[in-house]
Amino acid sequence: MAVTEIILTPRGSIGIMLEAEVISPDVFQGKSQEEIESLTVWQGPLKLPLAEFFEVQVRQAGAAEETKIIIEGDAARVKRIGQGMKTGSIEVNGSAGMHLGAEMAGGSILVRGDAGSWAGMEMKGGTIHILGSAEDHVGCAYRGSWHGMTGGWILIEKDARSQLGGGMAGGQIVVSGNVENFCGIRQSGGTILIKGSAVRGLGAEMNGGTIAIDGAVRQMCPGFVVSGRDENPKLGELELSGGYTRFTGDYAVSKNPKGTLLLREG
Amino acid sequence: MTETANMIIRNGYVFDPLNGIDGEVKDVFIRDGKVVHDLTAAERKEAKVIDALGKTVMPGGVDSHAHVAGAKVNAGRLMRPEDHYKTVRSKTNLTHSGSGYTIPSVYKQGYDYAVMGYTTVFEAAMPPLEARHTHEEMRSTPILDMGAYMVLGNNWFIMRYLREGDIEKAAAYTAWMLRTHKGYGIKCVNPAGVENWGWAQNVHGLDEANIHFEVTPREVIRGLAEVSELLGLPVSLHLHANNMGHPGCWEITRESLKIPEGLQPHSKMDVAWSETKLDPRRQQTVYLAHAQFNSFGGTSWRDFCSGAEGVADYVNQVDHVVIDNGMVPFGPGTAMTGDGPGIHDLYMLSGQKWSNTDVELECGSGVIPWNYLKSSPVNSVQWAMGLELLLLVKDPWKTIMTTDHPNGGVFTKYPEVIAWLMSGKAREDTFKECHKWAQDRSSLGGIDREMNLFEIATITRANQARTIGLAHRKGHLGAGADGDVTVYDLDPTRLDVNDYATIKKAFSRSEYTIKDGRIVASRGDILSVPDGRRFYSSPFVDESLEKDMMADVKEWFKYYTLGFANYPVPDKYLKNPVPIAVNQPLEAVVRR
Repeated sequence: MAVTEIILTPRGSIGIMLEAEVISPDVFQGKSQEEIESLTVWQGPLKLPLAEFFEVQVRQAGAAEETKIIIEGDAARVKRIGQGMKTGSIEVNGSAGMHLGAEMAGGSILVRGDAGSWAGMEMKGGTIHILGSAEDHVGCAYRGSWHGMTGGWILIEKDARSQLGGGMAGGQIVVSGNVENFCGIRQSGGTILIKGSAVRGLGAEMNGGTIAIDGAVRQMCPGFVVSGRDENPKLGELELSGGYTRFTGDYAVSKNPKGTLLLREG
Repeated sequence: MTETANMIIRNGYVFDPLNGIDGEVKDVFIRDGKVVHDLTAAERKEAKVIDALGKTVMPGGVDSHAHVAGAKVNAGRLMRPEDHYKTVRSKTNLTHSGSGYTIPSVYKQGYDYAVMGYTTVFEAAMPPLEARHTHEEMRSTPILDMGAYMVLGNNWFIMRYLREGDIEKAAAYTAWMLRTHKGYGIKCVNPAGVENWGWAQNVHGLDEANIHFEVTPREVIRGLAEVSELLGLPVSLHLHANNMGHPGCWEITRESLKIPEGLQPHSKMDVAWSETKLDPRRQQTVYLAHAQFNSFGGTSWRDFCSGAEGVADYVNQVDHVVIDNGMVPFGPGTAMTGDGPGIHDLYMLSGQKWSNTDVELECGSGVIPWNYLKSSPVNSVQWAMGLELLLLVKDPWKTIMTTDHPNGGVFTKYPEVIAWLMSGKAREDTFKECHKWAQDRSSLGGIDREMNLFEIATITRANQARTIGLAHRKGHLGAGADGDVTVYDLDPTRLDVNDYATIKKAFSRSEYTIKDGRIVASRGDILSVPDGRRFYSSPFVDESLEKDMMADVKEWFKYYTLGFANYPVPDKYLKNPVPIAVNQPLEAVVRR
């Protein structure tokens, strides 16, 4: 498959964070170098061309079937990379700012560094792979809204912070490290696997879906009761190995809750 | 820009129901912001001319029931950040920025109404204690002329007077309250029931007395309807009947509408009357709010069905009722009402976030988000009911089109509602998309009626103005009326109602919205931002009666958390206040 690669190289450090939802394969697709350079991003009250912050290089233009964006450097102060994207791919050879892949519906994002808060907020499909850590609200619902992520995959190789998968209704999140508070709060569907540990509020107000955790939970929510144990349980497409104690909850919000917590035994 | 505000709107097809004008090609003349018969030759030369050839011309739109200012509206804004971040309006040299879909910020709200051709909007529920907040928001709403009905149906003072049968003191109290808080008329929400909500209860029958005050909904409805006529208020009692939103509530609604039977509509306003062919005075003694929410049939959510026919049949038989439909046009809404227990019941169904407020000695309120889905059986029936109510009531002068914004839906959905009313095809197409209950559990599928533009003009401006007592200056284009005119890009001679997308488009963005003889909006752009007027009623009663009543108020005021001196709304809260003198010279309301 023919791929058009667009390489964005940061020109220097960025002061006020950029709102750069234009950095998306759907937007870049079929555009020339000049057209991409003149796309605008907000920096505080100013609307400025992308070229002000990035050197743009287009490799193999033409009738490509897929568009790949490569950010060669650090984009920790660039928000909304890949927001709402449907196709193509993004690779960030550094860190990414807040709202990475928020509301994305398809395609893939790879971040070699860390990601800011709200990565994959309300995402519907596609994959986000973060080789470092992520901050708060991964795959979460927007403030005030009821449903978070409804589909797709998020993989975090290190840690994430609080409210990961808040309001999650579908899809899968895997965190290789630890999470902090209220992981899976108000979850109604989908699956979360935490290979490390959690602090407190795990699955609070959960009414569906599954959270599996291999490490410790510092403080369990009181609304969960033991409902059995599972050997080598399946978690969506993942097969876990070992014994897990199964909890059902959260009885704090429902008489017949359908949320499942799997806690690794031993 | 010249500020003469003289204008000629030339050659449009004019729809002016209060003057019996049904699509005649006419010129509309405006001098100094008021409609006139003609302009002098010299004035004609200077006047701004608008070419309305092949277009529809109507009086500026009037919304007589929307929730657009005050504490509960703002509570809705605060608890719904998700309602705001995707609906954003940028600042321009002329206009403020703004955000919000179901509950827009005040600026955005004013612009959005103006773009649709509306120039007058009334807030339907102002708790007296929240009157300052309500006036502050109205003061900041651009362009629109506004006013607010005051919530009195669970007010301690009113309930005490009504239990004692002292209708004169209840009238004196109401008069003082309307002057004190710059309110326009009386809103009555779940009479006697909201008071019980303080004890986690409600009332469910018209003759069920509430706790402590021991008054019944029947006594409150009758009492407040009598007070409205005794004082001669511009608007009749605006009633939100008991049991709203519960299956089977249509029967209590019909029985509630019977209560004011026999009362004569009697508005005694000291105002300048502009020229109309029809009697501009209101004809009703009760104006039912959001009839759709009060017309639920069945006995449970399982056998839920429309009860609209029962309500419409009654309205057809009598002459003292006007209803607004409170349409559900599908999509997100935010339910906000003074009916605290009613909202709690909805919260138990939704399980989502919920806000509840107790307004001391006066009333209560609740707010929850609600998304009306075409896939939902109940919501689909509600959609059908909103249309049934307007189509089954034969006389359009008894009906008003609303969405009870933002309860049933957003006011920006009005164009879609107009399309459903005008086009059977539009309704058929929606039947195909929504749940089959809409077809099976309502009579809408069997209704052939398609409203014409004259009827649409009646139920979107003329009847609103007459029902709320503003037809002396709003809702028509007779000489002396305010120069509020809307030109829609719709040629009535080429109208094909099957092409309902065109109807919807034309009503979504006016070609011109003219207010007081100045263009405020055109094709979606705001062109000028005048400050609107604030209407309120200023009724007077006999001095000795008022003195007696004030002694009670001062004695009972100790139950409030604030001091008496801090209670009134100072004049500085109103921009362009227009008090309507009521019951001057004094008649009737003296000790009998």
